[in-house]
Amino acid sequence: MTLSIALTHAFGAFTLDATFQAPPGITVLFGRSGSGKTTIVNAVAGLLTPDRGRIAFGERVLLDTDTGIALPPHRRALGVIFQEGRLFPHLSVKANLLYGRRFARGRAPSVHLDHVIEMLGIGPLLARRPGRLSGGEKQRVAIGRALLADPDLILADEPLAALDQSRKDEILPYFERLRDETPVPVLYVSHSEQEVARLATWVVALNQGRISAQGSATEILGDPMVTPAGARAAGALIEAEVAAHHDDGLTELAAGPARLLVPRVAQAPGAALRVRIAAQDVILARERPQGLSALNVLAGQVAALRPGEGPGTIVSVTTLAGTVLARITGRSAAALELAPGVACHVIIKTLSIAPGDVGRINRT
Amino acid sequence: MTAFLGPEEWQAVLLSLKVAAWATVASLPFGILAAHALARWSFPGKTLLNMAVHLPLVLPPVVTGYLLLLAFGRQGWLGGALAEIGVVFAFHWTGAALAAAIMAFPLMVRAIRLSIEAVDPKLEEAAATLGAPRPWIFLTVTLPLILPGVIAGAILAFAKAIGEFGATITFVSNIPGETRTLPSAVYAFLQAPSGEDAAVRLVLVAIAIAMAALLLSEWVAQRVARRVGS
Repeated sequence: MTLSIALTHAFGAFTLDATFQAPPGITVLFGRSGSGKTTIVNAVAGLLTPDRGRIAFGERVLLDTDTGIALPPHRRALGVIFQEGRLFPHLSVKANLLYGRRFARGRAPSVHLDHVIEMLGIGPLLARRPGRLSGGEKQRVAIGRALLADPDLILADEPLAALDQSRKDEILPYFERLRDETPVPVLYVSHSEQEVARLATWVVALNQGRISAQGSATEILGDPMVTPAGARAAGALIEAEVAAHHDDGLTELAAGPARLLVPRVAQAPGAALRVRIAAQDVILARERPQGLSALNVLAGQVAALRPGEGPGTIVSVTTLAGTVLARITGRSAAALELAPGVACHVIIKTLSIAPGDVGRINRT
Repeated sequence: MTAFLGPEEWQAVLLSLKVAAWATVASLPFGILAAHALARWSFPGKTLLNMAVHLPLVLPPVVTGYLLLLAFGRQGWLGGALAEIGVVFAFHWTGAALAAAIMAFPLMVRAIRLSIEAVDPKLEEAAATLGAPRPWIFLTVTLPLILPGVIAGAILAFAKAIGEFGATITFVSNIPGETRTLPSAVYAFLQAPSGEDAAVRLVLVAIAIAMAALLLSEWVAQRVARRVGS
């Protein structure tokens, strides 16, 4: 089922005006802080009543300011995963997980406690109190608690923002499993390109209260005109399959007819992946370079250039593997005489691809 | 203890414990409700409620006692109606409990209100998003988290109720066996020419009760804090 959202809300000088639909899967609301993401999530959760708006999940209307419908939070059948977890400190992990259970509307629950515990790997934590959990463990429990309320929709409000990179790497696979193993759609707020790259089925990019673009993760991240997290964090997505694991710790990926070497991934040959190539780490060359240590050289054509406000320029290059973004200086772009249609080579260091940049593909 | 205290003194101590216990237990639900309203609700007349709750703290106790007499006396505007359904406060130990409860109420509400304000409303929001209606959120999230404050407030109120004198003696007088609580008894003994020994014994008992209450509250609060954990 699809979540339809149309909202206008003003506070102070800021106005939010957003209309979009979130299809099944993970829809990432993507933008910098202050772009209005959290306002949208709070309005969907019922924690904030917008000036005007309509929010419906399938046929079920949660809010309609024109007809005066505004369901209170506890009747919206949602599960919210907050940035700070918000676990109940006086209850055990198990009691936290089961808190929303008794309110799951009469029907047979579609998710089972045992399955959730197994999926999130929290079996050994059940008797503990949240005060004795690490940040990553807390967020895993928070995911389980939201899921076990048997919600129509899960809202995740920057659930990884308070965690360090290794904790993020720990949690991201659980969101992938949430996306791939449960039927519950997720509206996921983030300002991280990496999370979009790993998780998004659909991306809604927000900029200063307006929707600047929406589309699949590959479309949005590969568009040099849309870099909601800033040029520094830009990076395109390449979809690929695991072709072979090599003995020297590398994995060979097949991206269309092109081949990419990345550090060893866990998935078996044949598995579909998506790999984020940070624009910052890409080098462009007009000639095919010789005697170079970088292992990945892809031939392609410049599709578009977007000069930034500083010295940088983002160049999108169409290659056989897909669209790649490169962030180079304006000086280099001029020296190489880069323009749409010009042939060039994209150079990607294998080790610039971190484990967090490689995610499973969402098969729907 | 019976050997240490004369029968009259013993009677006063027991009566005080009974009066204070009833005052505390009966006012606790109202105390929690008032504290919750003051900490979390917004409604017209909130300032008025806040003033009404705190008034006994600043009014001369004699004035509070007199007002109680006007309201709950046999001819009082509430007392008459309540007497018809069998509830009598005037010159009765229940009146001493009512006076003690009202005098202790501000202390109880303050302690509970502070603990409610320390509970992160975001936890209550989280409970709402999981489908819990408001009364259930209060019972399963707010109340367990404020338990240390509730206990502290109750014990504080109990100690205050034991010592209440001015409003009690004004409202329900000083009738041995009925309304002569520990402080009233000390006062009465001090008025009599040969009562000083008895007064001193009661003073020692009062000190013991007060210290026991403080120790108990400390112990319970620590235990609860450990159980609630964070």
